[in-house]
Parts: sequence; structure tokens; C-alpha cells
Amino acid sequence: MRFTFTGAASVLALTTALALPASADLTGDLRIFFNDQNPAPRAAIEGMVERFQEMHPDLNIELTLIDREANKTQIRNYLTANAPDVNGWYAGNRMRPYVAAGLFEDVSDLWDGPMGEELASTRPALTLDGRQWGVPYTYYQWGIYYRSDIYEELGLTPAATWEEELANCEAILASGRKCYAIGTRFLWTAGGWFDYLNLRTHGYDFHMALTANEIPWTDDRVRETFANWRTLLDMGAFIDNHTAYTWQEAQPYLVNGQAAAYLMGNFIVEPLRDAGLTDDTLGFYQFPEITPGIPMAEDAPTDTLHIPAQAQNKEAARAFLQYVASAENQTIANEVLGQLPINSQAQVADDKFIQAGFEMLSNATGGIAQFFDRDADAEMASAGMEGFQEFMVLPDNLDAILNRLESVRQRILED
Amino acid sequence: MAAPSLSDTAPPPARSFWQRNQMRLAPWLFLAPGIAFFAVYVIFPIFQSFHISLYRWDGLGEARYIGIQNYERLFDDPAFYTSLWNNLRWLLLYLLAIPGGLFIALFLNQQVRGIRLYKSLFFFPFVISQVVVGLVFAWFYNPSIGLLNPILGLFGAGPVNILGNPNTVTYGIIAAGLWPQVAYCMILYLTGLNAVDPEQVEAARLDGAKGWKMLWYVILPQLRPATFIAVVVTVIGALRSFDMISVMTNGGPFGSSRVLAYYMFEVSLSEYGFRMGYGAAIAVILFLIMMVYIAFFLWRMWREERGV
Repeated sequence: MRFTFTGAASVLALTTALALPASADLTGDLRIFFNDQNPAPRAAIEGMVERFQEMHPDLNIELTLIDREANKTQIRNYLTANAPDVNGWYAGNRMRPYVAAGLFEDVSDLWDGPMGEELASTRPALTLDGRQWGVPYTYYQWGIYYRSDIYEELGLTPAATWEEELANCEAILASGRKCYAIGTRFLWTAGGWFDYLNLRTHGYDFHMALTANEIPWTDDRVRETFANWRTLLDMGAFIDNHTAYTWQEAQPYLVNGQAAAYLMGNFIVEPLRDAGLTDDTLGFYQFPEITPGIPMAEDAPTDTLHIPAQAQNKEAARAFLQYVASAENQTIANEVLGQLPINSQAQVADDKFIQAGFEMLSNATGGIAQFFDRDADAEMASAGMEGFQEFMVLPDNLDAILNRLESVRQRILED
Repeated sequence: MAAPSLSDTAPPPARSFWQRNQMRLAPWLFLAPGIAFFAVYVIFPIFQSFHISLYRWDGLGEARYIGIQNYERLFDDPAFYTSLWNNLRWLLLYLLAIPGGLFIALFLNQQVRGIRLYKSLFFFPFVISQVVVGLVFAWFYNPSIGLLNPILGLFGAGPVNILGNPNTVTYGIIAAGLWPQVAYCMILYLTGLNAVDPEQVEAARLDGAKGWKMLWYVILPQLRPATFIAVVVTVIGALRSFDMISVMTNGGPFGSSRVLAYYMFEVSLSEYGFRMGYGAAIAVILFLIMMVYIAFFLWRMWREERGV
């Protein structure tokens, strides 16, 4: 889908005469490929483009919205042929194939300025080989979304430790409900569980070393993580038949009260509210501590914009990224998105869950991980998440699964 | 005196190269576009796949020659054997579409009021896209909202999770694939039945043939061309089973419903797939398997054209 903002925005610029002193001399075309068509992200990017257009009325901005899943395969084509000037992607190791192939522009120069300080929290996630390759515009917390009314009915409070979590789960199971909703048809939801169990059992450094292929999958510490997972599986904590559901198809279990909680990213709040849950019936808590004393680390996937190496109008693209990173834009855009701004000067929206996430991530002393499939190598991510799903269905296969993952790791190291 | 007319014996005017060779060249000219496209989009990629399968390449950067390492790894890869085994299941079970189609065609081959409507209703699943068929069946099987479990419940059978269970998932997808394929075979047989010679049927009836014997000795031999085409399209359909798997399970749960074509896509082109060389090696193996079948098909055609 294509939209040209020149017309509408130049009218706006005339009427409002919003004369920003910024270098208004950008001309030519600016082509942006954005990787989400869902209502909130779409409104957010359209807003960004509109505001940027007002600042640069002579620029002809063309915005193309690509489906989130389709973009994951299309990116290879458009980066190598007929590249746009700006494209949407993800931080962490998911940038690596394109950085390694020289398809992303090095934007370290932008990070050298004051922008780098304002975005400091995500600098490591945007850094590969010592340079920065894009600019983040939003991130969101992961954690446990739970039915506070069910907890109240059973006299439970959100757990802070693993023992409490298990005790709560026992009580929930005894009431005829399942503890956790999950749909593993698209595998990554199981990756979220692995991330948290591993981060809480062994900490951030171990987790990052594992996803960086520095630790064998057959290591005993990995087995300890799976043993904790196994405790939940043996209790029957997860809903049945989760392999058949997507993460959306598993939501009714939470909404109908057949399951009491859901480990997910903050993007689940909007559909749950649409399904009728309110701030009175839906709550959020941090994934509880497992090994005492390990600093809490969190998953907080960061969504980013990049400049393809073959972009035509890199000057305008840089100016756009700079605007995207600004506190003003991140405040407005994340209000629309219902997510967290990266810029430390930006305002966090007044929403129960966004505020909770902001508080949690500001105190994440352990570190911030991206997500299993963004931290791990692509091939490892795919093999790993498949193994997690298999483990959730057939936990007795653990040895075979770990050996398989280890052989994938060996092969990646060989290559 | 009148000059004798020489028009009959005069040497023919010199003819151009085109005029002399028109008869021989015309067919080639008509074939040229087809040959060109076939060469560029079929023949050339086959050789290209062989070539790429000898490299390690992520599809973006530099390719590195690694000999037959991709094949060595392929033969060590449990996922490859799962896919191969599933391909075999597809091939065998998909052939059920042929007797199924024949049965429905025989049933519908009668003159009653509104038969055209019934025929089109039976043909309907073949008209809708495979993707839609996949979606419909995925919803049908869905353990929480699907119709299958309530229906099974009526007969006292327990709830099942067809697409989420590694032991049943492939059969579930094949069943979905059979729905349109049976319709296709039915149409082939309906056309074939139109060509059955009524006099032979009459003669057989006078000789006392009926039921299975009539079908086996009189009708089926006359349906041989239809059967041949039905086998061909069904085998090809089984080998290219890709869209249904993609729509219904993405090869899951944990890879247990993959076939070779889907595995090839997954390792080289999907979200996490950057192993072009490995994918090409799978393509080559799949090609060699198909060659067995294609060779048989060509041999049979050649034999029939010789009139044996």
C-alpha cells in the first residue's frame, strides 16, 4: 500500500506555518518500507512520516507498509535490488546476515552525537562489529499477564519466587484451571519461556553466552533450566493441545478463565482489552526469581529502522532516523503504539501496563535480552525453538533434543 | 504464328531461403517461445541447483565451494529422513484419490433430475484454492473451536488434536489434500465414462456380466486413459504437496509434517533459513526421486506411441 504525504502535509505546512528551523532543504524522494500493517503500528509510522513531512515540505515521502511476516522474507529481495531509503527490522543478531553481507548502512555517525546518549540503553543491541547499524523506535516488556480476579478469588498474590510460583500454580490447578495459556504453533512463544527460565536459573551472562554458541547445549546448566521447565510440565501447568494454536488462538483460554496467566509481550494487552478484560481483571507481574541472588534480566525486543546500503537518498534517510530517535517523536509514537520509548528523555504513556513495564525495565540490573530468535543465530533459533516445542510435548526426548541442538551448534561453529 | 506458351516448363522463379524451408522452420518458430521459457525457467535452474548445492551460501554474501559436504550433512540429518518418509506417505495415501474419484464418478453417472448440480457440488472442492482448503481443514481439526471433536463426541470417541500430534499430523493434512484431489479424479472419470461404448456394456450384460465383474472386465479397461491421467496428476500432486503443509502446520509440530519440498523452503528461504546450498542439495535429491517417476512415465509414453 502506498501513501503520498506531500499533498496533505504541504497544506498542513501552509496553514500551520510550523517553521521549524531544522535544515528544511531536504529534497528528492524518501522511500520508506515499514514492516507492520496492524492498526497501531500503522498509525504510529504514518504519524512519524506526517510530522517529518511538515519539517521538510520539499521532500517527497513515499511510505510502503509490508506485512510483518512477509517482510521477514522480502527483506532479502529489496535490500539487494531496488532498495528503499529506510526499512524496518529488528535489533540483535537478526541484523547480522544483512550487516555481514554489507546491505545495511553504518550509522555510527548518528550515534556519536547526543542521540547516542539518549538511546544508550539499546546501544549494545544495535551494535555489531563495534559499529551501529540502525535506530530503535520502540521496545516492549515481556512478563506474566494474569487474571487478577481469579487470583483474588483463590486468595493468591503474584509470585516473587519460584516456590511461590509453583505453589500458586498448584492452587490454580486445584481449582480446575490451567496455570498458563500458550500457543506454540509458531514456536517463538516457547522461546519466551526458555528465555525466562534460563535467565532466571543462570542469569544474563550465561544466557547470552548460550545464544552466542559459546556454551554446549549438553552442558549440565542447560539441563537445570530444562529441569525447572519439566517441573511445570509434570504438573500439567500449560493448556492442552498448545501445538495446534497460534498465540492469538490461545488467548480465549485466559479471557474465559480456563487459564490464569500468559507469559507474553506487552502487545497482548490490546487484544485482551478488546476481548473484554479490564485493568480490574488483568494484571501484570515480573517473571519470578528462580535462583536466589541472580540479578533480574528481562526480554525486551527492540524494533528498529535501518538504511539499506543501496539507498538513494541517504541524507534524507539519516535526517529521518534522527527524527525517529528524538524524544518528541518517541513520546508521540509510543503513545500510539502502546509501547515503551527508547529515548531516555521521552515521556512514558500513562497506562497501567506500560508504566509497569517501564518500572521493571528501568530496574533490570541483570541486563536486557532481545529475544531468543533475535539473540541467537538464525539457524540456531529455528532449531532451538523447534526443540523447545518438542520438549513441551515429549519431555522424555530431552537428551535427543539437546544432542541435536549441540550438533547444530557444532556445525555453525565449523562453518 | 503464335509463340508457344512456355509457362508450363519455365524454371520456377528463385525462391527465398524462407520459402524453401518454411515447412521445416515453422514448427520450430512456433515452439521457440516455449523452448526459450522452458530452458530459462526449468532446464537452467536444474543445473544451477546442482551447482549451488556444492557451495555454502547464505543467499546474500559470498558463496564458498565446499564440495559434497552439503550432501554428507543431509544424509546425517534426521529431519531429512522425516521429510523423505512423509513424502512416501503422501505418495501412497494420495493414490486413494483414484478409487475414491472412480467411486463417486460411477455413482454420479446417471440421469436423474438435477444431476448437473450434484456433479458441480462434488467438483466444488477442486475449484477452491489449496490454501483455502488448508484453512478450512485447520479450523475443522482445531481442538478448541473445530467441528471434528464434537462430531467424534457423538460417537463417544475422545477428543483428538490431529494437527498438534506428531503421529497424526501428516495423515490429517493428506486427508485435507484428498478432498480436492478426489474431485479432480472424479471429473476425469466422468469424462471417461461418457466415452464408454454402450454396445459393449449391452453385450456384456447379455453374457451375464454384472457388478464387480462388469466393472473390472468391461468398464475399467475402457477407462484406462482416464486412469493413466489420474495417476499422473495425483502423483505430481503428492510430490508438490507444499501449500497445505505451509498453511496448516508450517511443517510442525517440531518438524514432523515436513516433506522434502517444505524442508527445502525452510532451510533456504524461510524466516530463519539462510542455507541456500543445503536447500539446493535437498532440491537435487527431490529432483532425482522425481526423475524415477518421470522416466517411467516417458518410457510408458514411448512404448504406447510405438503401438505396443
